[in-house]
Amino acid sequence: MIPLYWYLLLAVALFCIGVYGVLSRRNAVGILMGIELMLNAVNINFLAFSRYITPALLTGQIVAIFVITIAAAEAAVGLAIVIAIYRSRSTVNADEIDLMKW
Amino acid sequence: MAEPAVYAAFFILAAVTLGGAIAVVTARNILHSALFLALVFVSVAGLYVLLEAPFLAAVQILIYVGAIIVLILFALMLTRRITGERVRQTNAQALPAALAALALLAVLGGLVATFAWRVSTESPPPNTVPLLGEALMRTYMLPFEVAGVVLLVALVGAIILAKER
Repeated sequence: MIPLYWYLLLAVALFCIGVYGVLSRRNAVGILMGIELMLNAVNINFLAFSRYITPALLTGQIVAIFVITIAAAEAAVGLAIVIAIYRSRSTVNADEIDLMKW
Repeated sequence: MAEPAVYAAFFILAAVTLGGAIAVVTARNILHSALFLALVFVSVAGLYVLLEAPFLAAVQILIYVGAIIVLILFALMLTRRITGERVRQTNAQALPAALAALALLAVLGGLVATFAWRVSTESPPPNTVPLLGEALMRTYMLPFEVAGVVLLVALVGAIILAKER
């Protein structure tokens, strides 16, 4: 069987790529894509723990279902905000949306 | 599945996932990023199959590839003038961000690889879908209902935010 920590290392790598995406992208949609990568890494972790540590309980799978639900809600609201910002300011670059920054 | 086939599948899926993810965060054209993101989601669904969670793999394909990617593509199409090759896609802090991500990778990777995980030797139940349904409707009834309310609120909120005034 594949060792548990291989899955965990894969999830760590995916999470860090997501962190880089969130921190370095200018486009707000690109930032949301980084967040989706991080959420997927978390889900891989939940399913790996569910499979290897408590195979009979399925708790990890249930939590992963809730994570996917919240990710869908987050994507819908996030992209609606992006569209609203684009409509009022004609840009979606996060470094140009600085009205509340000082 | 035979043991070598499982290992081969894991390595292929891991390589596609990580390669696709790197392409998502580095692609010059943000539209290509969205398509690479779909590839990452599909290969993560493959990993779920390897982890013996077929229901989650189906949900991953339906929700992520079917809904979230389509939403992202819609948002990209509606916010045009930003997909061109000439538009700079990274901000001034790309290098510090890369260093921070690498540092996080080193710390978390070291922790994960050296920790002594207590792995169970049990095998999972053969058909998990009825068990998942029962758990959602009994033990996790309240979170399930709350998730429904969250989705409804998000739906209404997204419509109000995106509505033309």
